[in-house]
Amino acid sequence: MRHEVTIPQKLYKILIYVICIFLTILSIIPFYVMIVNATRGTYEIQSNAISLIPSKYLLSNYAVFEGKSFNPLIGFANSMIISTGATLMNVYFSSLTAYALVAYNWKLRQPFFTFILAVMMVPGQLTSIGFYQFMYRIGWTNSYLPLILPAIAAPVTVFFMRQYLIGTLSLDIVNSGRIDGAGEFHIFNRIILPIMKPAIATQAIFSFVASWNNYFMPSILLTSKSKYTMPIMISQLKGDIYKTEYGSVYLGLTLTVLPLFVVYFALSKYIIAGVALGGVKE
Amino acid sequence: MRRKGVNYAKFGYIFSLPFVIAYAIFSLYPLLFTTVIGFTDFKGIGKTNFKFLDDIFQNFKLVINNPSFQISLKNTFGMWIVNFIPQILLALLLTAWFTNNRRKIKGQGFFKVVFYMPNIITQASIAILFATMFAYPTGPVNSLLQNMGIIDAPVYLLMNKSLARGIVSFIQFWMWYGNTMIILIAGVLGINPELFEASEIDGATSSQTFFKITLPNLRTILLFTLVTSLVGGLNMFDIPKLFQNGGPDSSTLTTSAFIYNQAFSGSYLYNRAAAASLLLFAIIALCSAALFLIMYDKDAAKLRKLEKKQYKALRKADREARRLAK
Repeated sequence: MRHEVTIPQKLYKILIYVICIFLTILSIIPFYVMIVNATRGTYEIQSNAISLIPSKYLLSNYAVFEGKSFNPLIGFANSMIISTGATLMNVYFSSLTAYALVAYNWKLRQPFFTFILAVMMVPGQLTSIGFYQFMYRIGWTNSYLPLILPAIAAPVTVFFMRQYLIGTLSLDIVNSGRIDGAGEFHIFNRIILPIMKPAIATQAIFSFVASWNNYFMPSILLTSKSKYTMPIMISQLKGDIYKTEYGSVYLGLTLTVLPLFVVYFALSKYIIAGVALGGVKE
Repeated sequence: MRRKGVNYAKFGYIFSLPFVIAYAIFSLYPLLFTTVIGFTDFKGIGKTNFKFLDDIFQNFKLVINNPSFQISLKNTFGMWIVNFIPQILLALLLTAWFTNNRRKIKGQGFFKVVFYMPNIITQASIAILFATMFAYPTGPVNSLLQNMGIIDAPVYLLMNKSLARGIVSFIQFWMWYGNTMIILIAGVLGINPELFEASEIDGATSSQTFFKITLPNLRTILLFTLVTSLVGGLNMFDIPKLFQNGGPDSSTLTTSAFIYNQAFSGSYLYNRAAAASLLLFAIIALCSAALFLIMYDKDAAKLRKLEKKQYKALRKADREARRLAK
C-alpha cells in the first residue's frame, strides 16, 4: 500500500521547494533593496530605485543626518537604556512571582494565578489615556521610568516562568537550602535563579525585542528630542527634510534594522524555540 | 512537616507583592482612570481638572456616531481578516509540508528562521520601509514596474485606497505567517506520534492524515492563534499610522490610530479617546469570549463522545480478554 515516489509526487516536492524559495526571497528582498539603496546616491536612486549592486555613497548619505533630529547613536543609546532596564525588571520579578506561585502553598495562590491568566490577553494600549494622564500628573513624562517599571508586572512572562518551574523545580533543593540556614530570599537568588537560566534567557530576548520595538508608549510620553528612542527616530525619517534625500532615508532605516538583524541571526535558534514554546501552552 | 513552625506561606504573598503593586499602579489604576475619563468633559492639553458630564454617556454616543470611528472599525476588521485568512492558510500548508514524514523537506531550519525574520524587526521601520518602496515618483516598486515595461511613467500607487489597505494587510501577513507556522508545527510535534503511525499502517494518504488527525488535534492551538491574532489585529497601530498616517482619505485609519488622533492631536479630546478605548476593549472582550465559547463547547461535546467510545471499547476488550483467558 505504500506510495511509490511517482513523477507527480516528485513534481509536487519541487513545487514545495519553489514556493519556499519564493517566500525566502519575499522575506529578504525589501531589506536587501534597503541596504543596497543605503549605499547609493540620490541621483542613482532617482534614475532607478531598484538595484542589486551596492554603490559608494554610504558616507555622504550619513553626512545628511548631521544636525537633524534623526540621530541613530542617541536613539540607540536611549533604546538600550530603556530595553535593558525593562528586560531586567521583567525577568527578575516574573521569576520571583512564578516562584511564589510554584514553591509556596498560600491561600490566594490559585485565585492569583487565575487573575494572571485573565489579564494576559488585555492589551496595554487600551488604557493608554489613563496611563498618560497619570504620568503627566506625577511629572513622569519625558522620563524613562514609565517605560521601565511597568515591566515588573508582566503576566505573560510569569506564565511561562511558572510552566518552566513546575517542570524543573524540586522542593528538595529548596529544603536543603533551608537546612543550611539560608533565608527564603537568599534561596531564590542563589539557587532558584541559576536553575531558571534557560527560561530567563528566552524570555529576556523577547522582552528586550518587544521593548526595543515599542513605538506607541514612547511616542506619547517622550517629547524631548534628546530622549527619543529608536522607533521614534525612525518615524522622523518620514519628515519633509528627507523628501529629496532618498539614500539617507534608506541608510537611516538600515541603521535601525541592523542591530536587530545581528541579534536575530546570533540567537535565532533560541528565538524559534521560544516562539514554538508559546504555542504549546495548553 | 514544617520545621520550627516557620510559616512559609507568607513568602508566597511577599514574593508576589512587587507584581501586584506594579500591576495595580501601571495597569489597573490607568484602566480605572481611563474609564472615569470616558464619562467626563476632560479635554485640552495641559489641563488636569474635569467634571462628570450631565449626559453621562455623551462621549460614548458621540464616538459611536462619529463617521471616522465607524470607518476605523470597518478598516481594522477588514484589514485583519484580509491578512489573517491567507496567513493561517499558508501557515497550515507549510506546516503540512514540513511535518510530513514521507516528504522530508530539507532546509526546514533555514526556512523557519527566514520566514520568521520580519516579525522581529521594528514595525515602525517596516512601515516606513514599505512607504519608501511604494513611494512616488521615486521608489523601487515604480522602478521595477517601469523596468519590466508594465508602466511608462511613475504611478502614485498609494493614492489608491484599496491598494493602500491591501499593502497594510500584506505587511501584517508577511510579518506573522512565519510566527503562526512555527506555533502550528510545534503543535503538530506535540500530537501523540502513535496516531500518525496508526494512520500510516492503515494506509491513509497524506491529505487524509492531515485533515483527519492533524487538524482536529490542532484545535486548541488554532483557537489560541486566532484569539491572539484578533487582539493584536484590533490594536493595529504602528504600521497603518506610520505607513500613510491612516490615509489616503482614512482608508487605512485603524481604531487605535483614531484613539491616538483624538487624544494626542487636534483638540486633545481625552474623554472621547477614553470612551473609544473602552468601546474597543468591549469589542475585543466580546470577540474573544465568543470564540472561546464556540470552540470549547464543541470540544467538550466531542470529548464526552470520545470518552464514551473509549469506555465501550475498553469494556469490549475486557470481555474479549476474559473470554480468551477461559
